[in-house]
Amino acid sequence: MLNRTAENVARATPEPLARKVRGISDKGLAWLFISPTILLLLAINIFPLFWAIYLSFTNYRANRPNEVVKNLGFANYQRILGDKDIWLAMQTTAHFVFWTILLQTLIGFTLAWLIDRKFRGHAFWTTLILVPMMLSPAVVGNFWRFLYEPQIGLFAYAISFVTRIPPTDIQMLSNVSLAPWSIIIVDTWMWTPYVMLICLAGLRSIPEYIYEAAEVDRASNWRQFWSITLPMALPFIMLAVLFRGIENFKMFDMVNLLTGGGPGSTTEVASITLKRQAFESWRTGYSSAFAIILFVAVFGLANIYVKALNKVKQR
Amino acid sequence: MKSRLKLALGLTSAITASTAVSNVAHAEDLTLCWAAWDPANALVELSKDFTKETGIGMKFEFVPWTNYADRFLNELNSHGKLCDLIIGDSQWIGGAAENGHYVKLNDFFDKEKISMDDFVPATVVGYSEWPKNTPNYWALPAMGDVVGWTYRKDWFSKPELQKEFKEKYGWDLGPPTTFDQLKQVAEFFQKREIDGKTVYGASIYTERGSEGITMGAMDVLYSHGFQYENPKKPYEMEGFVNSDKSVKGLEFYKALYDCCTPPGASNSYMGEGVDAFKSGQVAMHMNFAFTWPGLQKDENVGGDKIGYFVNPKGPDGEQFAQLGGQGISVVSYSDKQEAALKYIKWFANKDVQAKWWSLGGYSCLNAVVKDPAFPASQPYAQTFLDSMAIVKDFWAEPSYAPLLQASQKRFHDYVVAGQGSAKDALDGLVKDWTQVFQDDGKM
Repeated sequence: MLNRTAENVARATPEPLARKVRGISDKGLAWLFISPTILLLLAINIFPLFWAIYLSFTNYRANRPNEVVKNLGFANYQRILGDKDIWLAMQTTAHFVFWTILLQTLIGFTLAWLIDRKFRGHAFWTTLILVPMMLSPAVVGNFWRFLYEPQIGLFAYAISFVTRIPPTDIQMLSNVSLAPWSIIIVDTWMWTPYVMLICLAGLRSIPEYIYEAAEVDRASNWRQFWSITLPMALPFIMLAVLFRGIENFKMFDMVNLLTGGGPGSTTEVASITLKRQAFESWRTGYSSAFAIILFVAVFGLANIYVKALNKVKQR
Repeated sequence: MKSRLKLALGLTSAITASTAVSNVAHAEDLTLCWAAWDPANALVELSKDFTKETGIGMKFEFVPWTNYADRFLNELNSHGKLCDLIIGDSQWIGGAAENGHYVKLNDFFDKEKISMDDFVPATVVGYSEWPKNTPNYWALPAMGDVVGWTYRKDWFSKPELQKEFKEKYGWDLGPPTTFDQLKQVAEFFQKREIDGKTVYGASIYTERGSEGITMGAMDVLYSHGFQYENPKKPYEMEGFVNSDKSVKGLEFYKALYDCCTPPGASNSYMGEGVDAFKSGQVAMHMNFAFTWPGLQKDENVGGDKIGYFVNPKGPDGEQFAQLGGQGISVVSYSDKQEAALKYIKWFANKDVQAKWWSLGGYSCLNAVVKDPAFPASQPYAQTFLDSMAIVKDFWAEPSYAPLLQASQKRFHDYVVAGQGSAKDALDGLVKDWTQVFQDDGKM
């Protein structure tokens, strides 16, 4: 049937075109098929990247199209690396990335381990746990803002119920010490299921006979966990950490919706600073340089991490 | 076959003709860009008269305040043709004039005998002129606005509260005339039980993302003696922006935020302020005058329950208020500039301006606001007039955006996050603003 269809298509192809196609090598044909994708990638990814690199050496401002564009050399880069506020934003980002990854990995792995026990109703609980991940970050940001509201928010009332502190004193988004944690809590709530899913895949990939052999050797549960479960699931955990690390390094939506970077600059992560420089202060050249620095940082760290991941996998 | 061909040809002609007719009908339609807020709805209503008179249809592109600057500055910077007319914020005037986004209106005003002397002087300087205080006009003053205060007249007039207040502070509870009085009133109401509900002193601007905290803090700083620059030497800011008086002003704003705002009000601007007042949370409410018609009509807090007062005096008796509002301009990239200018000519007309005020817009025309009947025309009309007489505005330089971002950060870091001192914040602001002007080659 398939052969007949192919024959029909071949017969229907006009002779001049058929002759041309016959003359193309397999490699040529492969290039022909992937060239639209490559062109698209060049247009929307590679060209803007090189354009941003070019802009990063200039004083260009998108809101001053008539102004002469001057070449500044590395001045933008020097200014960024010497800017106290930029370093503060990087520290805030690092703090946020560290705590979200730590909490999501610990809770995510624990949940995966529990779900893997296959208790009664585990499918229902798995689905329920996955719900936050399926929501849009815009929706999550907005409803958590209401939950955190000190006068009407459920979160403040719940904490108040437990601690007996008046709810109006629990100002998660206004308090300098609590605001970073308010974002960490929401991000952890939303993305722990994602880490859990990856860890669950890792746990399910461990062959049952290894545990049976360990049982025969009278290895305790604790010993089995440390010697079998954790080492064999580690590549998956590391993969989850990589994905979440990259995602959280460029976190914007949740921070913007919950605190807008405030109070003051307490939760101003690098992406918020970048947006402010690029689209509020209109320092296009300066912000391009900052974007390149962030890109290099993420790219470099991710590369180091992937090498470590490969080593773990080879063990 | 023939009949089918005829039918097909007939349909094609009909479709072509209808498209052509509709194109003719809409060829001169103008698009007016502005913020999505109550006055914009009033303008839609008002503009129906323009369409009736001229046959030119009006379309509107309204964007919420939070995205207003981003959206329309992007449009102007990309030389977009979406807007034929734009009601742009007062701070945009420098950039829009220098970058050629707006059509210069001097020749048009001369030709049509539209005199800027017919408009409230502060609005001409604030919304139309660039460079400031020179007769170079880029907009017609369209919507006067200024920061002022509303208060709960019904709470202020409760005898038991009046008695308690008098005993505590030694003066009659009423709309404050100085900032010290304002703080006393705010403290008095903070966390007080009124009608079985806990209420708070005041709602003030604390928003971080766009311009909120700057508009609020400046409202207080001006009356404490803050100046943007040396009046004799432009761009010299040291000792003016960070003078001792300015430091006191900023300390006052922080003290007001710390003592007397509702819990969680760390990111409040116009909308949040209106919500706080309408929901009966606060005794006083700082906001632009455009919010007043809506509040006046509100069933729960409007009518006899609401009062208005001008921004109070500072410690040395100085009294200023932050200017808001906008002028209407013709976008230089529009293909319909002739029709757009017709709209501006129509809008400058006295009768149209009078109707604009009656619909809820704030006219800037002297003939309207100096009419003897004006102060009594609305309960807030006199406060609006008094406030417009004492306005000051933020930088309107082409670099207003980075200037604004710097003040947003410095003020929020100090007032809301409590980092550093007021002196640190203002010293830092001088440093940031100096850098911006150096980048611009102005220093």
